[in-house]
Amino acid sequence: MSYISKPKVAHPGMPKNKLGLTSRDYEGAVSTLCAGCGHDSVTAAIIQAVFELGIEPHMLAKMSGIGCSSKTPAYFVSQSHGFNSVHGRMPSVTTGANAANCDLTYIGVSGDGDSLSIGVGQFVHAIRRNVNMCYVIENNGVYGLTKGQFSASADVGSKAKKGAANNQEPIDPASTALALGATYIARSFSGDKEQLVPLLMGALTHRGFALVDIVSPCVTFNDHEGSTKSYAHTRQFYHHVIDMDYIPPAEEIKAAYAEGDAMPIEMHDGSTIVLRKVDKDYDLSSRASAFKYLRERFNAGEITTGLLYLDESRAEMHELSGNIETPLSQLPFDGLNPGNAELKKLQRRYR
Amino acid sequence: MATENDVVIKIGTVNGTGSASANGLLMKSIFRMGVPVVGKNYFPSNIQGLPTWYEIRVTGDGYQSRSNRVDIMVAMNAQTYAQDMAEVVPGGWLIYDSTWPRSQLLNRDDITVLGIPFSKLCNENFAGARARILMKNIAYVGAVAALLGIQLDVITALLEETFAAKAHLIESNMQAIRLGSDYANEHFDCPIATSVKPMDSTSKSIIMDGNTAAGLGCVYAGATVGAWYPITPSTSLMDAFRNFCARYRVDPESGKNKYCVIQAEDELAAIGMVIGASWNGARSFTPTSGPGISLMSEFIGYAYYAEIPTVIFNVQRTGPSTGMPTRTQQCDILSCAYASHGDTKHVLLFPANPEECFYTAPIAFDLSERLQTPVMVLSDLDIGMNDWMVPELEWDENYVPDRGKVLNAEQLEEMDNFYRYLDVDGDGIPYRSLPGVHPRGAYFTRGSGHTKLGAYTENSAEYQEVVDRLLVKWETARSMVPKPDIRYSKFNKAGIITIGSGDGACTEALDRLSAQDIGLNYCRIKAFPFSDEVGEFIQQHDVVYVVEQNRDGQLRTLLINDIEADQTKLVSLLHYNGMPINSGFVVDKVLEEIAKGRAA
Repeated sequence: MSYISKPKVAHPGMPKNKLGLTSRDYEGAVSTLCAGCGHDSVTAAIIQAVFELGIEPHMLAKMSGIGCSSKTPAYFVSQSHGFNSVHGRMPSVTTGANAANCDLTYIGVSGDGDSLSIGVGQFVHAIRRNVNMCYVIENNGVYGLTKGQFSASADVGSKAKKGAANNQEPIDPASTALALGATYIARSFSGDKEQLVPLLMGALTHRGFALVDIVSPCVTFNDHEGSTKSYAHTRQFYHHVIDMDYIPPAEEIKAAYAEGDAMPIEMHDGSTIVLRKVDKDYDLSSRASAFKYLRERFNAGEITTGLLYLDESRAEMHELSGNIETPLSQLPFDGLNPGNAELKKLQRRYR
Repeated sequence: MATENDVVIKIGTVNGTGSASANGLLMKSIFRMGVPVVGKNYFPSNIQGLPTWYEIRVTGDGYQSRSNRVDIMVAMNAQTYAQDMAEVVPGGWLIYDSTWPRSQLLNRDDITVLGIPFSKLCNENFAGARARILMKNIAYVGAVAALLGIQLDVITALLEETFAAKAHLIESNMQAIRLGSDYANEHFDCPIATSVKPMDSTSKSIIMDGNTAAGLGCVYAGATVGAWYPITPSTSLMDAFRNFCARYRVDPESGKNKYCVIQAEDELAAIGMVIGASWNGARSFTPTSGPGISLMSEFIGYAYYAEIPTVIFNVQRTGPSTGMPTRTQQCDILSCAYASHGDTKHVLLFPANPEECFYTAPIAFDLSERLQTPVMVLSDLDIGMNDWMVPELEWDENYVPDRGKVLNAEQLEEMDNFYRYLDVDGDGIPYRSLPGVHPRGAYFTRGSGHTKLGAYTENSAEYQEVVDRLLVKWETARSMVPKPDIRYSKFNKAGIITIGSGDGACTEALDRLSAQDIGLNYCRIKAFPFSDEVGEFIQQHDVVYVVEQNRDGQLRTLLINDIEADQTKLVSLLHYNGMPINSGFVVDKVLEEIAKGRAA
């Protein structure tokens, strides 16, 4: 934990994105999380993803609930509006914000307590509405701020710091999202930036609800032997199924991909993601087979990661409700008010 | 005793049998004759099969509240026959379906019982079970029309308008009207002593319920995002908003909507959506009722502390807990005033009738955006769901929405530093920026302790500075909210204070007391925090009757708490049985108090 303010120094040779900004321009306040916290790695990956996508900082909205994970929006892109809401209610605030202004890119950062216990209802219904947002769950299986209680994502048999084993079935955000019809579902690990950054870029670009469930170990309360959300356990049982590369709009696919292994998919904004199948049997366009695969690997004690499901065809919230493309918050009052003559006319029905 | 245009007709039916349109037809016919009316619907929390009543008060004097008497009972529900008969005033009338015999035990000597074989008439003249049930309702309208002298051509005109697109229904409905009216004319001395005579007192009025008016008000106020979870008695507010939007807010070029209505998964989500949308610059609102306020409370406190405009319509129903969802009360005054944990208090507005529901909507949005805080409009089931005769609505074309202190891109560009919670103007209201406008406007919205510059803090002085500044804002709010409606009589020792739907009953009670040479001054409060005029009114009097519709005297408590009103002067007159308050209650209670020696 540090109270030192971060000096803003950019090396002249630092790479710049299409807006001419460096990654330093996407940083935030100094993290107050524990040293070695997985969440800080996720924050770094988010900074990298947003920088590489060249999102204008003020066109990003950072949303969160309550918990260690929900503090992190303060630690990236300080030139974006942040909304640290109440516990488990980030999805509703984001839904309303998105309803008012569809032009912004929304990233919601949540945790397993925030999304799978107190906020599971809002998590579920944001998926159902297909709110256009990137929904990150920093998943560590434990309540950090209240000192180490199991969360709803703790695996059966996983041990708490003082030795007690969890005996309740975990809620898996990825398979839950799959069952609910989420249109972009990814899982990754805070310690695998190479995999994580493109997954976040795809999620930020995807039109619709994009879930990125990230195993992000809690170094203080859940990184011991016997925990299934520790660094060591995650590294040991980590299983890549589909990795992806993100190709910005109007850029050619230059990297060499072996035939059959790579599958380019065009996103709505004109960018492309190239999927690299690690397991050739995996079909990310089928909810049924994806579910079966995830379940089988889970039963074998493995953590399946990568892009798990993608559907670019489904309409998102605004399209589903037939909304005008101009952000509602920017519509001039004149066009919203029917005027006195219309009021007179209307009232004939009430006589 | 012959009376004119002063009669109460109550119709007892079974819910789900389509009697609502028949009752509406009867009331509107009287209204169209130029005679003021009051309609009250007493319905069960049920879809089909339970008793339901509709009460039409014909009031040539143009009063707005219900009456506590029934002159003519149309007892169409055998289940409630005994109860319905008992309610009729001595000298009154009871109409029943004489197709089947009724128990002689239920007779009363002091009323006139009129049997009309509605079922038999309809079975003979209409085919199909559904049509027969529906037409039975229309037939009693015909019978009541004949008994009261309501003009058939007025009814015909109304039916022609209603069924303009379905001509065959006009004829069948008129046939049913004639079945009832012909039978009454043949068998009884029509019209009876209590009759309806044409007047010219309704030409500048409409009949509308408060939820429709509030929904329309939200359209006119420029609201674009509505989120709600269905709850009686507020649901029809969002239905109205959505229907008016479908009419007025579809872009003619693209066919796309210039509004977004979201049915939330619960009230916690509904208020979260409103806060998110308002934070992002849209005028946004949620309609709800008491249980919804309980669920929203955490977020309401957030919006208070993070200073985000939030508009809530609370159409109050009878509590506590589930209470009686289809009955009325003013029982959420305290839970709204202080909703949420910690030190919070919220601006409340109290419309008295549907007309004020319409005009209160833009005021609520203006105040909420100007003050950057939740504003709750406290309506109730009586206002929200009943049909009221109110003056025709007018829209002031010069209205410009007050969006409050929102910095635009140019203003932000010129600033060296933007601090979200700095009281620049000394009125306790800081400046805000909207996302997506300018990188310099960025700030971190949080419900955790923050400094006046917007940074996180656990420092006592920094924390206190902000919550103290919110009190400055509270006093600014006090000067901005609508002032009370104060009326003086010729005496100045005792007064009545009420809010919201208590207005109609109190106004009428003042007339009736005045006729007995009891003069009371009147103060109808329109908002919380209370304007200075409210405190002055209390100070001027020796005794002030506080008339409200809850058990615990919540308004009285709030007066004592907010402006330190002298509690020894404040005498509660409480009506909380779930029925709308009536003037008789107020008159009786005031007289009781006077008899006890409370009045000066």
